[in-house]
Amino acid sequence: MKELVVISGKGGTGKTSLVASLAAMAEKTVLADCDVDAADLHLVLEPEIKHSEKFIGGKTYSIQPEKCSACGKCFQLCRFGAVMKDKSKPPVFKIDPIACEGCGVCGYFCPEKAIHFEESVSGRWFISEARYGPMVHARLGVAKENSGRMVSLVRNQAKMIAEKEELAYILVDGPPGIGCPVISSVTGADAVLIVTEPTVSGQHDLKRVIELVRHFNIPAYLCINKYDLNLEISNKIEMKALEYDVQVVGRIRYDRSVTSAQVRKLPVVAITGSPAAQDIRATWDILKKELN
Amino acid sequence: MALNLTVAVASGKGGTGKTTVSANLACAAVEAGYRAAYLDCDVEEPNGHLFLKPCLSHRYPVSVPIPEVNGKKCIKCGACQEVCQYSAIVKISKTVLTFDNMCHGCGGCSLVCPAGAITEKERPIGIIEKGSAGGVSFIHGRLNIGEAMSPPLIKAVREADQHVNLTIIDAPPGTSCPVIAAIRGVDYVLLVTEPTPFGLNDLGLALDMLHELGIPGAVVINRANLEYNQLAYDFCRERRVRILAEIPDARRVAEAYSVGDLAYYAIPGYREIMKQLLTSVQREAIG
Repeated sequence: MKELVVISGKGGTGKTSLVASLAAMAEKTVLADCDVDAADLHLVLEPEIKHSEKFIGGKTYSIQPEKCSACGKCFQLCRFGAVMKDKSKPPVFKIDPIACEGCGVCGYFCPEKAIHFEESVSGRWFISEARYGPMVHARLGVAKENSGRMVSLVRNQAKMIAEKEELAYILVDGPPGIGCPVISSVTGADAVLIVTEPTVSGQHDLKRVIELVRHFNIPAYLCINKYDLNLEISNKIEMKALEYDVQVVGRIRYDRSVTSAQVRKLPVVAITGSPAAQDIRATWDILKKELN
Repeated sequence: MALNLTVAVASGKGGTGKTTVSANLACAAVEAGYRAAYLDCDVEEPNGHLFLKPCLSHRYPVSVPIPEVNGKKCIKCGACQEVCQYSAIVKISKTVLTFDNMCHGCGGCSLVCPAGAITEKERPIGIIEKGSAGGVSFIHGRLNIGEAMSPPLIKAVREADQHVNLTIIDAPPGTSCPVIAAIRGVDYVLLVTEPTPFGLNDLGLALDMLHELGIPGAVVINRANLEYNQLAYDFCRERRVRILAEIPDARRVAEAYSVGDLAYYAIPGYREIMKQLLTSVQREAIG
């Protein structure tokens, strides 16, 4: 069983479109959508939800007015500006749930034990049957924290399915960036496939994302999407990849059928004869050999 | 001209054109006579400098407080572990270990320690660079590689005072903590989308986020395309949100972007779109 995580640094380089196509080609695969902030894979693979569960991401704190003596201790101790004080006398204190990071310092030090907390539901996660096999996906509640923990949960569930059903691959659609949810998506994976594009932004972000996977010691492969948009930059990217010892396994041509596939809720490889579909097939052929 | 307007450019989905819109809007703002600042709050992957090409004049590190345990004073009571909600400080048999990456810097452990064994030290998480680009005050943050938590750096970018009357924030993608840190308390948000199922799905999430935060906003359609625009029109009508600008899809726009050319100067017609957008934002945000 191999776990392959698709990430990009820069957003919008084509991670999800590529993952949907890989899903269509790879046999015995479970999919995991770890872009829990803005999940899109379900739009192509149309999963039918079989199991759905709440995700408890942390605690929500509130001040019980009947117990509060308005001493202001919580206001003074909170480093996140989450305790709000109004102008009345004595002042009324309230906790702003969006600014609150759930550290609990306010409640711990409140002399009146006036701060109440409860477990908070930060989102939901799902196990589904999608077009090309089982899929684990999630929805983080709007403006919620702990996307990193939710990513770990989605990956663990996918792994359990892969083990139980003796599947060959876990394909993970990762989030953009290099921060918390990306680190959660890649740690301990067998390999990472980085999708970039030949633009100054793509080139800049690629360097940072390669450094990230090196930092965590994960084997990485590279796919250059919209390869022919700027051949000069594509060449520079290839040189950079060589320097970092990252193998380029994919060169996908700029192709408008990628958008039309998305609108038709199809993976790009289903648009037979399109240049991008041919290139993605070639990418998978190489990648499959490399992974095994 | 209204004073002190802060407009954030966000999107939900990545790669829809936040940097393009915010950098070009900053150019339009300077031309319109604003003292404008461009703040790149996508500290994980900051790209604005590639287009605005600022001359940087200041650079400083941003740190977060983390605990330091004095083993000699520590009485191994475990109170620190009990207060920490992030498992960033743990008592294992006869020692107390700290996990710096997990720490949110709440200060709970040093407050609770009965032996006074915990002090705080600064741990750098990234840097801020400031400068100017053709009349635009430029600030960006760069998160250190391997660093998980970007919100403290994003907040520091926003706090870097620039004495301007129009601040344009280039937000990170998504809908969780980094975006919230970038857009909380702004006057207005432009949500950049593309007229595709992915773009519109994530626009919907971004609209939910604005609603939750109570910030007014409108939509900019990037890569507008006659074939698919209707998808975006229908979506925005249903969600009762206004579309303030449409930026046409064209390979030459993508090519200009690929080499870091600002479309404002490189693509005919782009300047007019951006000037119009600025006027619309002024009208909408000031009311």
